[in-house]
Amino acid sequence: MTDTSNRDTLTAKLLQRAAPGRAEFEDLVIVPIFAVIVALIVGALVMLATAVDIQTIGRSYLALLQGSVGSINSLSETLTSAIPLVLAGLGLALGFRAGLFNIGAEGQIIVGGIAAVIVGFSFPGMPWIIHLPLALLAGAVAGGLYASIAGWLRAATGAHEVISTIMLNLISYRLLDYMLGLTWMQREGRSDPVSKSVVPSAELPRLLTDIDPNLRLHAGIFVMIGAVILVYWLLFKTKTGFEFRASGENPDAARYAGMRASLIIVLAMATAGALAGLAGANQVLGVLERATPGFSAGIGFDAISVALLGRSHPIGVLFAGLLFGALEAGGRQMQVDAGVSIDLIGIIQALIIVFIAAPLLVRAIFPWGFRKPAERKE
Amino acid sequence: MLNKGRLMGGVAVATALLFGSISSAAAFTACQVTDTGGIDDAGFNQTAWKGVQDAMEAKGIEGRFLESQAETDYEANLNSLLGGACDVIITVGFLMGDATKAAAEANPDQKFSIVDFAYDPTIPNVVGQVFATEQAAFLAGYLAAGMSETGVIGTFGGINIPPVTVFMDGFVHGAEYYNEKKGTDVTVLGWDPEDKDGLFTNNFESLDDGRTFAQNLYDEGADIVMPVAGPVGLGSAALADELGTDKLKIVGVDADQYMTDTEKQNVYLTSVLKRMDATVQAVIDSVMDDTFEGGVTVGTLENDGVGLAPFHDFEDAVPAELKSEIEEIKAGIIDGSISIGG
Repeated sequence: MTDTSNRDTLTAKLLQRAAPGRAEFEDLVIVPIFAVIVALIVGALVMLATAVDIQTIGRSYLALLQGSVGSINSLSETLTSAIPLVLAGLGLALGFRAGLFNIGAEGQIIVGGIAAVIVGFSFPGMPWIIHLPLALLAGAVAGGLYASIAGWLRAATGAHEVISTIMLNLISYRLLDYMLGLTWMQREGRSDPVSKSVVPSAELPRLLTDIDPNLRLHAGIFVMIGAVILVYWLLFKTKTGFEFRASGENPDAARYAGMRASLIIVLAMATAGALAGLAGANQVLGVLERATPGFSAGIGFDAISVALLGRSHPIGVLFAGLLFGALEAGGRQMQVDAGVSIDLIGIIQALIIVFIAAPLLVRAIFPWGFRKPAERKE
Repeated sequence: MLNKGRLMGGVAVATALLFGSISSAAAFTACQVTDTGGIDDAGFNQTAWKGVQDAMEAKGIEGRFLESQAETDYEANLNSLLGGACDVIITVGFLMGDATKAAAEANPDQKFSIVDFAYDPTIPNVVGQVFATEQAAFLAGYLAAGMSETGVIGTFGGINIPPVTVFMDGFVHGAEYYNEKKGTDVTVLGWDPEDKDGLFTNNFESLDDGRTFAQNLYDEGADIVMPVAGPVGLGSAALADELGTDKLKIVGVDADQYMTDTEKQNVYLTSVLKRMDATVQAVIDSVMDDTFEGGVTVGTLENDGVGLAPFHDFEDAVPAELKSEIEEIKAGIIDGSISIGG
């Protein structure tokens, strides 16, 4: 047990915002909604500034809506994009609750994905009822172990998890590059880094191909829903969850109450990593069916935004993940229909985060949307 | 979420009402999915997109594109172009081979074309556009060997896939041919055609990698480097610009990079052209006049599908003798009298 008070004051404010003690309806619901609206408006201004005409802006926002919720295909794409974001976001949210600022979801996704893909191609002929859960489990365990390295470093040596998880991300990129070149891992007949394909018994089956073969929504959605319920239960209904939250809110008090801080840190990191690893497994088993360089595609970093936007609450993370999935799916349509750069979606996402991180700013812009400060006291 | 959806819906409806009717239906739409690296990469993706742009200009068609930011985007991007809005979907890049095949088989009525991939057996609704790039790269290797003062030239690739390594094969064999002819001993770093192994950045994005890899080759004595990695090579060009072209020159790939990378155009000795713009436009034409047929097109020196770009700023620096030798070799490759296998 090391002296963590200095460090804690550094990140305390950030974490407090990420994991508010008492859920306030306005902060949880109204601020995000207004933040989205302001971000869309500012996004339009950015487009105007880059010489996009007003008609195209109108068309691009319509495309954004259409591409995210306008058809079965859009909904399927939105959900497909949301699944890994929610899974990894849940892990990060759990870490935030426990007072850990985990930047390492990206690396945990990669390591989890590698493990899942190895199990996924290694056992042809195994019945799916065993193979699929085994592959998912491998992803979760690998991600959990990888994250617990950072947890252990924090608990044993006091190395800050922000630094160690970032470094572990970098290691995971190279690990992936290296492993994809190994002969037993690489796809036959290819010299480029691409893994063998997952056999059908380990694939997360696509759910809607009877309606249209192009619908990509897969069984990972059940994993996602299960994870939301599990994390909710873990955080709010179990002793471990209480210990996580207590350590996050006030580590000193938690320690005086007899909670084992080191164990909690390692456990919280491992659980967070397991969820991120599951996100990685979900990508290789449900979407890609193989591992390629960079299959994590920045999901681990987007998931930080998702966790912050969801205020580290499992239900909030679910909705935030859906919103980000919608932005991703809609962003593609925006590019197709209006020829607006996909980078703009990145700008809008970033703006949403900025405005959510600055609730006072949103309150100032939309004073009529909130109760008066005096009333709020009650 | 319900609230959020309603609000977003409201905003969009209001926007639609404000700005009146939306999409204009063009008679013909060609859609393109780019590979990672971006559509403005001054090379690979940009050249393929130029084919659509040329068709837009010549035929008045509508062109749309979707940039892939990661390999995970391929399928999703293809998916959002399906559904009948596109008369032909052109995917750019070998790595999209699997995704294109899956989409083509699931949508037999949709016409596809893919750059850098040939299916065997062919798929009836896909035209694969492949290129005998080693022919043009052979000329570049010969030229570079002849122009090198240090006797060392170098190359590196993005990812170890055939459409990249054929550049490197040709480059190495061209230099070896020069050695054979002249009795010189020019070394090519970065690629071993026998072992099929060499220097790879493992991405098509990082300009920093382009700089580092070129620096490493330069440190090993190379004074001419051919980066085969899309926009990564722009980083190498920046290094050459700083060092000065007397120390390091770059051989461009895909497009005539003297024309596309205008800020650093002085560093390009020449470029190995891969005329994806011509083949993409040809595919669009074939769809428009209903002669589209699944199969494979091969760009060669003979049909100008590949070639060597002009020397531009180095026009005077390249000896006339070397120029005429290159012309002879080109003719030799076309009539088959020169084998480029090494």
